[in-house]
Amino acid sequence: MIAGIDIGSRSVELVVTDGEKIIRQAKAATTFDPLSQVKKLLGELRPERIVGTGYGRNLLADADLGTEVTTITEIKAYALGTHRLFPAARTVLDIGGQDTKAISLTNTGKVARFEMNDRCAAGTGKFLEHVASVFQIPVETFGDYALEGDEVLSINSMCTVFAETEATSLMAQGQRPQNIALGLHASVVRRTANMLRRVGLEFPLVFAGGVARNRCVIRLMQDALSGEPLIPEEPDMVGAYGAALHGSRL
Amino acid sequence: MAASPHREMWEKLNLDIEAHDGLLEVLGKFYGDIYLSQEGRLGGMEYLDFVLSEVHGLRIREIQDARAAGKKVIGSFCVFVPEELTLAANAIQVGLCAGADAGKEEAEKLVPRNTCALIKSFIGFKLARICPYTESCDLIIGETTCDGKKKAYEAFGELVPMHVMEVPQQKNACDRTLWKSEILRYKDRLEALTGNTITAENLKKGIRIINDRRRALQRLNALRAAVPAPISGRDVLLINQVSFYDDPIRFTESIGKLCDQLEERIQKKEGIVPESTPRLMLSGCPMAVPNWKLPYIVEGSGAVVVGEESCIGTRNTRDLVDESGQTVEEMIDAICDRYMKIDCACFTPNTERLENIADMAKELKADGVIHYALMFCQPYAHEAFKVEKALREADIPMLSIETDYSMEDAEQLKTRVEAFVEMVS
Repeated sequence: MIAGIDIGSRSVELVVTDGEKIIRQAKAATTFDPLSQVKKLLGELRPERIVGTGYGRNLLADADLGTEVTTITEIKAYALGTHRLFPAARTVLDIGGQDTKAISLTNTGKVARFEMNDRCAAGTGKFLEHVASVFQIPVETFGDYALEGDEVLSINSMCTVFAETEATSLMAQGQRPQNIALGLHASVVRRTANMLRRVGLEFPLVFAGGVARNRCVIRLMQDALSGEPLIPEEPDMVGAYGAALHGSRL
Repeated sequence: MAASPHREMWEKLNLDIEAHDGLLEVLGKFYGDIYLSQEGRLGGMEYLDFVLSEVHGLRIREIQDARAAGKKVIGSFCVFVPEELTLAANAIQVGLCAGADAGKEEAEKLVPRNTCALIKSFIGFKLARICPYTESCDLIIGETTCDGKKKAYEAFGELVPMHVMEVPQQKNACDRTLWKSEILRYKDRLEALTGNTITAENLKKGIRIINDRRRALQRLNALRAAVPAPISGRDVLLINQVSFYDDPIRFTESIGKLCDQLEERIQKKEGIVPESTPRLMLSGCPMAVPNWKLPYIVEGSGAVVVGEESCIGTRNTRDLVDESGQTVEEMIDAICDRYMKIDCACFTPNTERLENIADMAKELKADGVIHYALMFCQPYAHEAFKVEKALREADIPMLSIETDYSMEDAEQLKTRVEAFVEMVS
């Protein structure tokens, strides 16, 4: 029994495998005490090995979890998870809470190149969460709300705070809020598409991470890339799954 | 913190004692975490630990003693300033503080916020009065290697005595002519400042001393091709950094001894890291003391740095000045030719740098290259694209990093670097 644990900035995911089979998947908010969340997720389970990934991976390595802990980066974890779920995949996009990563894979599923946003939150889940809160709409339904738009307004700022300023100006001009929301989604997609092109986008492309649940981002991405991204059933579990896969190879 | 025996000297130099104490404290802690915690370091490193612990103390005292005896002190920020001439004029040349966030808010009153950390830092160190080197200079030499520095020297020149050398941006015959006239202009300025004439005899000696220092560093760099790596990249970066501060003859001797120890270690197949450790090379912007952030992150991520393609690295040591010249004229020509080989990103085109990086990576058996650019450093940020393309063609993976002296992006940098290490392992 191997556990993969992905401690991201917004959520903690756990995937437990036994041989080839996934025997448990669970998710919790990260909070300011991620280790307690991990312990809650693990409950009575005592895996023979834990592989940590994500922003908080080193917390696991330093914690006393009563079992051997190794860590890998989320870039490797997403590559491993994606390759197992979609063996033909050549590119992975992971938009998480805090980071966006574009990873190009070799035909054997190894990382060939990757790009990651720097210290700023533009184009990440955090950005969508922030603007959704300005619209007073839950982030889970913000994409559906944006899909009610009929005109993609242009939002050019690459900074979360300035994008909000731009959105406010558009509101002051009397634009439909749905169209503004659509414009904000389009700005995320534009930024992401550029990152994908920089790593040398090739299809099949797998879109993973929490933002892959946003239907508006998916729709706009299809248009921007002239291709259909593949979405895993549980897009935010791919990293934890990849970590568990790594553990089974050790 | 106990009162330093150097306090009186610092007061005479008009340093802000309290701020300077704070700087030394941070520097000492950094140094402990990054350097002294390393396992299996060579005995020869004690010399560097000592030099660094006294970088603002005994070395400054030596410089002050030399000044009292009539010597002049020249400060510089760039490997284009020909130290051979400085020594020939019986002056001392030192690199100036520019590797930490210091006096940033004050500096932003004189230069735009979107200026690279290195420029803001040298201005900040001056405004905050915490660099004893800057305060010891009789003349500071600027150079036109980028627009940021070029314009910053206009503001800096109001605070310190300055001389700016115009570095050409192409490598045609007319550019060499310009550079030679700049070297002669520097020679005149030095002679006027020191009252000493640069003769064939003292210039020959100056060339020999600086070439010897380069040869010692070349030897050190060549030894790093050994597997397992005999010395950490952090330590070699420090050696390169110290080469800008310490007395050149003493430095060359100490590095020679260190290299002897490294050779013994290599013979015994001993390394600072296990043989399987991924080997990475750093390439790009210079890292002035105490800018140790990236090498520390790289070597904390399970890799070892085996080379620095940088001005504080091989760009400063790769080429020697031809020593066959007999007259001042011949020697000036030889100096001119040597400096025109520098592959700084300020040149256009600058294709030789691409070849040099790929060759160096192969010689050092590097598994990958990390390209380091300071944020807002246009020349290196531009060349990152070309370097990546050239390295891809040579089948060498590259990671491009843009950062500054702050620690706010440390976690994201770690993720990138670790992922790169995983990728090349």
